Amino acid sequence: MANTIHFEIVTPDRQLLSEDVEYVGAPGINGEFGVLPNHIPFLSALGIGSLYYKKNGKKYYVFIAGGFAEVSPQKVSVLAEVAEKAEEIDIERAQKAADKAEKRLKQQKEKVDFARAQAQVARSIHRIRCRESAVSEGTCRM
Amino acid sequence: MASLRDIQTQISGVKKTKQITSAMNMVSSAKLRGAQQRIERFRPYADKYQEILSDLASRADSSVHPLLEQREERKTIGIILVTSEKGLCGSFNANLCNAALKLAKEKQAQGKTVQFICVGKKGRAFIKKTSFEIVEAYVDTMNSFDFHLANTIGTKSIEEYVSGIFDEVHIVFGKFVNIIRQEPVATQILPVEQSAAEDAAGATSEYLFEPSVEGLLAELLPRYVKVQIYRGLLDTSASENAARMAAMDNATKNCEDLADSLTLKYNKARQAGITTELMDIVSGSEALKNA
Repeated sequence: MANTIHFEIVTPDRQLLSEDVEYVGAPGINGEFGVLPNHIPFLSALGIGSLYYKKNGKKYYVFIAGGFAEVSPQKVSVLAEVAEKAEEIDIERAQKAADKAEKRLKQQKEKVDFARAQAQVARSIHRIRCRESAVSEGTCRM
Repeated sequence: MASLRDIQTQISGVKKTKQITSAMNMVSSAKLRGAQQRIERFRPYADKYQEILSDLASRADSSVHPLLEQREERKTIGIILVTSEKGLCGSFNANLCNAALKLAKEKQAQGKTVQFICVGKKGRAFIKKTSFEIVEAYVDTMNSFDFHLANTIGTKSIEEYVSGIFDEVHIVFGKFVNIIRQEPVATQILPVEQSAAEDAAGATSEYLFEPSVEGLLAELLPRYVKVQIYRGLLDTSASENAARMAAMDNATKNCEDLADSLTLKYNKARQAGITTELMDIVSGSEALKNA
């Protein structure tokens, strides 16, 4: 009885991850969903947020933005446009980007591209959150 | 006849050129390796997209999403022409431009308007000289680019397509076959063709979809277009470096040949000089003897 499921994350520039894990929690576009081994075939678009997987009882976090997940009983593949492991996230940069985008939002000028600025804020906040949860789980050093 | 000094200058000039070309050869072979690696890393991603999308598209009717819709009347055609920023890579850019021009002329002959989106300086310079219009140009981008560039171009072409400015979008890029072969390829990226979809139908059957098939398509189709553009960009950059490598290899060989033949000429000229000098001396002393 297999109690692990193969999990991989692929982005246009690299294969970020390919491991056997016990559980995957991903931010679907309609809310978070969890995958255990022997899940039925499932296909979902992904939003922006933290994805986590459990391996040897520990939770690991990955930030992802855009893409989709394909689940089959033995395998989960995530194809994301952006994916970063928690330890790769640059908190300072994310914070700065968030501040900058928020400032743009507050300007209320017509020139400001609201959708873009909002997406930027969302991405930065999720990056920071992802890092923080990883730190509190102890799978990533500050 | 050229003097000895002239020939010597020529030889040293040719040798310097050879140094440059062989250095460029090495640089492009290093760049080619990088570009090839990027293609290899991108391939699983692109393949997966193709697979999933074909599966989804075969389940949905073509009317569910504007990017799938086959318009009856196609008046304006957009062509994305991907070329390199710099020359010195043999006929690579010329081949690409000619392929694009051929496609454009074909479409024009059918009474359609053709407009260009150019990526890379070389393509823009070429199309500027023709009668076709350039709606958008992305220059100084091909030297270092990432998915973001594909994203920008993709968003732009999708916008134009949805708003009805373009009824069809094609991309012309240099397909990287292997190090010695690169082919210009033209593919239609919008509307997304469903023919490819039907082959894979039934391969993956009882999926659970979230959100609906239509919702997923709306999410994935624009990304798929960008994936295809990115693929074109990556291929072109690898092809460019391969073509430059070959061109510079040839140039280096030519320099060697030229230097050899010039050296031969130099030696002959030197020898001729010595002979004339000897003749002068001998005839001079003969004249003195007889006096």
